[in-house]
Parts: sequence; C-alpha cells; structure tokens
Amino acid sequence: MAYSFPEEVLEHVFSFLSSDKDRNAVSLVCKSWYEIERWCRRKIFIGNCYAVNPRIMIRRFPEVRSIELKGKPHFADFNLVPEGWGAYVYPWILAMSKSYPLLEEIKLKRMVITDESLELIAKSFKNFKVLVLSSCDGFTTDGLAAIAANCRNLRELDLGESEVEDLSGHWLSHFPDSCTSLVSLNIACLVSEVSFLALERLVARSPNLRTLRINRAVPLEKLPYLLRRTSQLVEFGTGAYSADVRSDYFSNLTEAFSGCKQLKCLSGFWDVVPAYLPAIYPVCSRLTSLNLSYATCQNPELGKLISQCHNLQRLWVLDYIEDFGLEELAANCKDLQELRVFPSDPFAAEPNVTLTEQGLVAVSDGCPKLQSVLYFCRQMTNAALFTIARNRPNMIRFRLCIIEPRTPDYLTLGPLDAGFGAIVENCKELRRLSLSGLLTDRVFEYIGTHAKKLEMLSIAFAGDSDLGLHHVLSGCESLRKLEIRDCPFGDKALLSNAAKLETMRSLWMSSCSISFEACKMLAQKMPRLNVEVIDERGPPDTRPESCPVEKLYIYRSVAGRRFDTPGYVWVKKQL
Amino acid sequence: MTTIYENNDLATELRLGLPGTTDESKTELSNNKRSSSDLNHHDQQDSSSTSKVQIVGWPPVRSYRKNIVIQTKNSNCDISQGMYVKVSMDGAPYLRKIDLRFYKSYQELLKALENMFKHPIGIYLEKEGNTTCGSNYVLTYEDKDGDWMLVGDVPLDMFINSCKRLRIMKGCEAKGLGCI
Repeated sequence: MAYSFPEEVLEHVFSFLSSDKDRNAVSLVCKSWYEIERWCRRKIFIGNCYAVNPRIMIRRFPEVRSIELKGKPHFADFNLVPEGWGAYVYPWILAMSKSYPLLEEIKLKRMVITDESLELIAKSFKNFKVLVLSSCDGFTTDGLAAIAANCRNLRELDLGESEVEDLSGHWLSHFPDSCTSLVSLNIACLVSEVSFLALERLVARSPNLRTLRINRAVPLEKLPYLLRRTSQLVEFGTGAYSADVRSDYFSNLTEAFSGCKQLKCLSGFWDVVPAYLPAIYPVCSRLTSLNLSYATCQNPELGKLISQCHNLQRLWVLDYIEDFGLEELAANCKDLQELRVFPSDPFAAEPNVTLTEQGLVAVSDGCPKLQSVLYFCRQMTNAALFTIARNRPNMIRFRLCIIEPRTPDYLTLGPLDAGFGAIVENCKELRRLSLSGLLTDRVFEYIGTHAKKLEMLSIAFAGDSDLGLHHVLSGCESLRKLEIRDCPFGDKALLSNAAKLETMRSLWMSSCSISFEACKMLAQKMPRLNVEVIDERGPPDTRPESCPVEKLYIYRSVAGRRFDTPGYVWVKKQL
Repeated sequence: MTTIYENNDLATELRLGLPGTTDESKTELSNNKRSSSDLNHHDQQDSSSTSKVQIVGWPPVRSYRKNIVIQTKNSNCDISQGMYVKVSMDGAPYLRKIDLRFYKSYQELLKALENMFKHPIGIYLEKEGNTTCGSNYVLTYEDKDGDWMLVGDVPLDMFINSCKRLRIMKGCEAKGLGCI
C-alpha cells in the first residue's frame, strides 16, 4: 500500500460525507483512513449518553464542532423513570470545555442540564451557535440569561418541551443590542411573561430570524407587532390565541399574517377563541405544517381551517377534530404525510368526542403519502387495521393508542392480533410501531416474522407468555429500541436472547416478570451490557430472588458501568 | 467470579408513597375492572364519578399535554351537565352535537349553529330587541325541568348550565314561545 491520495485530498473527499453510517464505514477501510476520518469528523450523535463517555469520544474525535446527546429512556416522558435516575450532561460539558474550544452546537434530548452547565457553555465556547434542549430539565431561567448574555454569535435557542424553572421572564433582556445573529428562537415551554418590549426589539434586530415560537403568556393582540417586524418568518408559534373579540384586533392580525409570505409552519394556539381563526386564512394555502394540539376548538371552525390547507404535510391536532373533520382532511389535504391526533380528555371514562377508527381509515384512504401516524382513540377493529394496512403500504411510523388497556375488537370482541399483523405484513418499510388493545402472543409472532425493518417497538398490556418476547427478540432483525410495560414476559425469553441485546441500543421493561436472579445472570453473562434494576422498594436481595423487579433498563455500552446512579438503581459491581 | 449487586448511595431519596407514584396520578375507586398490577392507591381526590382508576404513565400522554387539557376544563364551566348537547333542526334528517363550553356569547353560538346546518337562524335577544333576520327558524332549548325555552333570555352561563338539548324550531311552531 505504498501509494494513496495525499491526506488533504482524502480529507476533502470525506468532508462530503455527512451521515455517521458512511463515516463509520470509511473508518473501517484501513488504519490511515481511520486516522484521517477521525480528525475531520465534526458532528457526533450519541443515542445513549451512557453507551460511551466523554473521554472516549474526545480521544477518538479531537475536532468536533457539533454534538447531539440523548439521555433518559423514552418512557421517562410518561413518568415511568423516577426522579434522579441520571442523564446528567455536566460531565460532558466539562470535558468539552477543555477539549473542544471551537464547539458550536449542543443538542440534548431527555437530559438533565443545570444552570452551572449553561454558564459553563456560555463561558467556554467562543463560537457557540446552537443550543437545542428537547425535553430536558434541571435548569432555570438564570441559566438562559447566561447563554443570552455571553453567546455573541448565537443562532439557535430552542427549549423544546423542556421543564424550566421559571424564575422570571427577565432573562430575555440579557441579549445584548449587538446580538443580531438569531435564526431560531423557541421559548414556547416557558410560563413566565418575558418583557414584550425586549422580545420585540430582539426580533427587530434579527434579520435572519426564520423560526419564532413564543410562549402562552404573549397575548394575541401583541402578535402583529412581532409579525410586522419579522415578515420573513418560516415557522411561527403563537402564544395564547385569545382576546376579546374586537374587529381592530382581528384586522390587524389578519393583515400581519398576510404579510408573512414565507410562512410554512404554525403552532401554539393555546386557549383558542374560534372567532380569531379566520385571521390565519391568508396563509393556509402555504402551510405545510400545522400544530393545533393545544387548540381546544372544534368543528366546524376547526375543519374549516384545516380544509384550506391544501399543501399540508404535517398535522398535529386534538381529537376534537372527530371522524368528520378527519374525513374533510382526507378530502382536502392530499399531501399529508404525518398525522398526530391527541386525546383532549385522556382520563374520561366515556368518550367525549366522536373520534373512532373511522377517522383514521378515512385519512389512510384519502392521503396517499401518509407515512407517519400517532392516533389516540377508544375503539378499533381488525377490519379497520386491515384497511389501513392495505391502503398504506408506505407506512413508516404507526403508533396506535387505544386508551383503555386490553380493549378488544369491538365487533368481534376478539384480540387485535390479526389487524396489527396486517400492518407489519403490508408495511414492509415500517420502522416504528406502538401497539395497544387486546393482544396475545400471536401478534408478536406476526411481528417477528414480518417486521424486518422495525427499529423501535413499544408494547403495553399485551401478550400471554415469554413466547411473545421471544418472537420479537429472535425475529426483528433491525430492532434497536424495545420498550415494554405491564406484559407477562419473563426470564426465559430474556436470557435465551441475551446476545440480541448487544445489537440493540436499549431495552426497557417495567411491571413484567423478570426476576432479580435473571438480571444478575444477564449482567454476569454479558459484560458489554449495562443491566440496571430500578426498584424503589429497597434492596432487591431483601426480597426472594424470584420476585419480579419493578423496572429494568438494559443497554449496550463501551464505557462500562456508570457511577452516578441514585439509591434505587442497582448495577453490577465489577470485581 | 461472583456478581455482587450494590447500589450507590449518592442520592438516597426518601419518598412517601408506593414505588412509581407521582403527584399527577389520581385514583377514583370504581366498580371497574383493574387493568394492571401497577395501580396506585392514593387518597381519593375529588373528580366526577366518570373518572376511573388511573394507571401510572397511561395513557402515554406527556405531562404538559395533560395539564393543558385540565386547565381548560377548570377555566370553563364545570363539566358535570350537558356540555355536549344534541342539536336538532326541524326538517333535517340527522342530529348534531355541540359543545356549549366554547361559546363566549349567544352570537358565537348562533353563528356556529348556522354554519353547522347551513341555514340562518333567528334568536331573540332581550337587549337587541326582537329577533334577527327574517328567518323561519328559531333557536330553542330544553332545560333541566324538561321545559322548552327560547334561547336568549338568560345570561349565557346560566343557559349553558341548564341546557339539555337544543332544537332549531320552525317559526310557525315557535309562535307559542312568544317570538317574532
């Protein structure tokens, strides 16, 4: 191997590779390619912050500019992961503050970030540009003030759906007058009122602003002041969409929206007063994305609004849309790719709206590009699922939540195995699936047999025995994330498929039938897996070893066990 | 090599309540079947008799979404009686349903109904004098006592709390109610 391209040439070629998969492949070709590639990798994605550690990352990739980290398991979103479990970002920030002075971007999901971390970011990275905190917690508005005040070239500040301790809205005023670089600002999750004047001024001096999502506290009548100053917006999130019905408010708002010729995406809409919805009509035909999932308005106003959005690709909405509204959607929005229908009253015993399987069938029938679905409803049939599967073989994400656990097909009163079986059999590109309703081991047999591209599977209140889990672990070749709650799956299936777990990112099991003994055996057998037993009832060895553990989280790691576990997490001690 | 399990006492949290409990879950014991082994038993909180036993983390809805809905419920009228009421129109083959919570005025309600049935409707408003427009139809409602009343006499809140169903009545039949 005497000759190859000069390093600079190879580096230049590699600079066109953005996908991690490609870069990883390149790194395996030979030692020199590995070396060249690692010096020029600028972006890192770490799907589980405990799978690796900062030291290993920095050692291999010395010149990183952008990092994305994910922390807690997905079920943390539904309060299944107790407080204090982990996913602290501080050690990462500390290490990077020393080794990556040129870091520009930090994107976090489900991690705990403190004000101390935010202050360290603000101080350490002179060229810091992008901070995205998706479903994070642990910080206050004081930390945000540090970012605002110190990051001279800040382009993006996105707080996602984070839980922020809102001390005051004053932090926004910490952006200096010299800060004119903002492209994207999302503060929708904040409760406190920010100084409107400060917000208006910030917006006015940010000529590159394309995304602005304000919080609920900003009243509707103030929106025109913002929109007029930033008519180049592509994405806008309103605050509370309510005010006394006044014609001057209405005409100002309509005019302001009309002026936003680039607007493609709308969100916000808390506390909707239906009379103000027509103010959006001028932009409807341009919209590709509409998030009405906080909008407590119903038909006919809701349907009328959506029917005008002929170019809509993504719709998030409450179940107030009802079957009727979904039929209108199917008739009017032929470009629809993603639909999410959230429950307005998830805890009501009786349905409060007429939203059934019919609505979803209608959309699957009328929208040829529909590929991503999240649907909360109260009834389902196998027949409906067959129809959906037949209509939409291009489905990629299918998440169905029938609100009452173990609800059968309401026509046959039998399980929904066959219906979901049809989904996995017809939708050959399916990457994500969430199951619900009455399901036996049979559905898992179908999934194991057909769902070969499935990467993420969520299971709740389903199955009869270990066989169910075994079908999934042995059959789903592409499986990366598996999360299970309240299923009668036990030790046998887990232990006999132990090797599979190393090919996956993680496995979550809660309220199942896995014994502490099995956990110990698994940890013993598989040194490259971290097996975490999460049990708030006290030390597992105070109960019989056959007693099922409350919760179990297993993930592969090259970093070994972690040392930041709280008292209720049990991990293997290395001897 | 034996495996010893240890826990890190770095942050031993003393918590009251059973494992897996959170502040958000409330339970209402009812005759319904239990759905899971993971039930929470807290002190009974208020709630209408329509709530059932609640399971931690189910349905899988993020907390900020739950809170939004609950806030809306509280900020509007109470949810006990007739929020969703049936609406019939003389001559129309199908009934509709409407949620009275969302209307801040009689005008809004009327507009919504006119849109729904694609027909102008008259309403008698004490303040404005007589009925609006030369419509043949008038809006009436059945109250808690089973009496059919003309919509518009009482303040909106009072109307919403006593309305059991709505009927868009043909003018000639409504004469007895003292309109037009």
